[in-house]
Amino acid sequence: MPDLGTGEPLLRTAHQLIVENDDIAVTLEAPCQTSRIDVIGEICHHLAPFQASDRPIVGETVIAKDLTIDSLAIMDMVMELEDRFDVSIPMNVVAEIQTVDQLADTILDLRAKR
Amino acid sequence: MGLFDRHAGLLEAYRDVRTTGADPFQIRMERVLSPTEAVINGRKTLLVGTNNYFGLTFDQSCMDAAIEAIRAEGTGTTGSRIANGSYSEHVLLEEEIAAFYGMKHCMVFTTGYQANLGVISTLVGQGDHLLIDADSHASIYDACKMTQAEVVRFKHNDPSSLDARLRRLGDRPGNRLVILEGIYSMLGDSAPLKEFIDVCKKYGAYVLVDEAHSLGALGETGRGLCEEAGVLDDCHFIVGTFSKTLGAIGGYCVSNDPDFDILRVTVRSYMFTASLPPSIVASVRQALRVVQARPELRKQLWDNVATLYDGLKAQGFKLGPEHGPVVGVHLPDRMAAVGFWRAMLDAGIYVNVAVPPATPNGVSLLRCSVCAAHTPQQLEHMIEVMTGIGRQLGILSGAPRLRVVAGNG
Ligand SMILES: Cc1ncc(COP(=O)(O)O)c(C=O)c1O
Repeated sequence: MPDLGTGEPLLRTAHQLIVENDDIAVTLEAPCQTSRIDVIGEICHHLAPFQASDRPIVGETVIAKDLTIDSLAIMDMVMELEDRFDVSIPMNVVAEIQTVDQLADTILDLRAKR
Repeated sequence: MGLFDRHAGLLEAYRDVRTTGADPFQIRMERVLSPTEAVINGRKTLLVGTNNYFGLTFDQSCMDAAIEAIRAEGTGTTGSRIANGSYSEHVLLEEEIAAFYGMKHCMVFTTGYQANLGVISTLVGQGDHLLIDADSHASIYDACKMTQAEVVRFKHNDPSSLDARLRRLGDRPGNRLVILEGIYSMLGDSAPLKEFIDVCKKYGAYVLVDEAHSLGALGETGRGLCEEAGVLDDCHFIVGTFSKTLGAIGGYCVSNDPDFDILRVTVRSYMFTASLPPSIVASVRQALRVVQARPELRKQLWDNVATLYDGLKAQGFKLGPEHGPVVGVHLPDRMAAVGFWRAMLDAGIYVNVAVPPATPNGVSLLRCSVCAAHTPQQLEHMIEVMTGIGRQLGILSGAPRLRVVAGNG
């Protein structure tokens, strides 16, 4: 069995290369600065099918409460957002998020830390 | 607020399901006759939803072994291995499972649920990273709640989705542990294990594969998807259960890691629950011998899978993506699934209903599990019944497709 504790230099190089390639891909797709508007827009796009009434989805919308989305669908939406904005949001962090604003802030924070 | 108020939504949905007839989640098997038949509601019913893949629950040699063990060692161990000690048979069972996989270590648990819960939540801790397939079993999700590690889901059976998540971790410290399943329990599909292993190797991640539904069913000698995909040596941990192919109850984890045995004094679901009774250990040991001695059971299982899957497909049912010992039949919604299920029960056939939130992507399913002991006639009868109900309920539309149904039996 390989010793996984020690990083193998060869793999590391390949890994770095891929990061760079992907970054280029992201730059090509989206503007470098992801604006809050973009993130909110994307979240609202995913939540639209779960709109409960005529009330529009806004920053203060409480995702699990004001909409008809269940917890599994929330996690699936998060997975889509993760890939769209190239960040990973751990499940325990997702569990703490209530509103559209909080979700957007989390994504922007994680992007800033990359 | 009352204690049960938080479940109000679920209670209401459940009431809807129950008030219209039999409760799919509380069926009483008045008498179990064989691996494929039981008396339900006073009538003999075909069982196609019991995970009894090799039909070993009534295997004479397994039953004899269990009875003999009860006479020799009594009905129960009345405590955990760390408190009451191990019986010789616990140790022998662990040695035999380890030898079966060609691994150095094995730990046996009282259920597969507890094996996943305890092992996964203990292997990773604060500062580590746990990556799980989105369609993981409840026992894996529950393990996630018990660990301080950061948990991230990746898209079901999608190695590139795992790759993206491992890549994003970059140089952050901490171990990476990836959890996969050999065959997924709702739709019967297998993981693209080779591709997943390549991704894990690229990022130096550990891999745990849950072979609950693939033990016996996959691989040259029945060791599961790890064997089928030729990556046994790359799987750091394999978890499995005795409750399906082996026809009893219990779970296990095998590994080659030299420090594996430390889990015996750290995994709480091993330390603080009673160990398996002698009868179960004896029947499982025998069942494992049967799996190795009778590869024809694997062939019978897959022949039966082909009969059911291809037969239902030919009639126009929407099924899981590939042949598997679990055949998931998609239905439009929860009520259609329950209605279809009930009509099948009335016609003398038992399958499982799987509805959200227990299913991936909110799908509603009839979950059928195939047994090596099913006869081709039983399965062809089932296809006929399901086709009839499907047409009556308007789920199968249009004229029946004219196609010969191949019964490989
Ligand atoms: C994928 C998977 N893992 C683990 C388990 C738990 O097995 P057990 O019945 O031994 O608790 C199951 C069975 O429900 C399962 O489907």
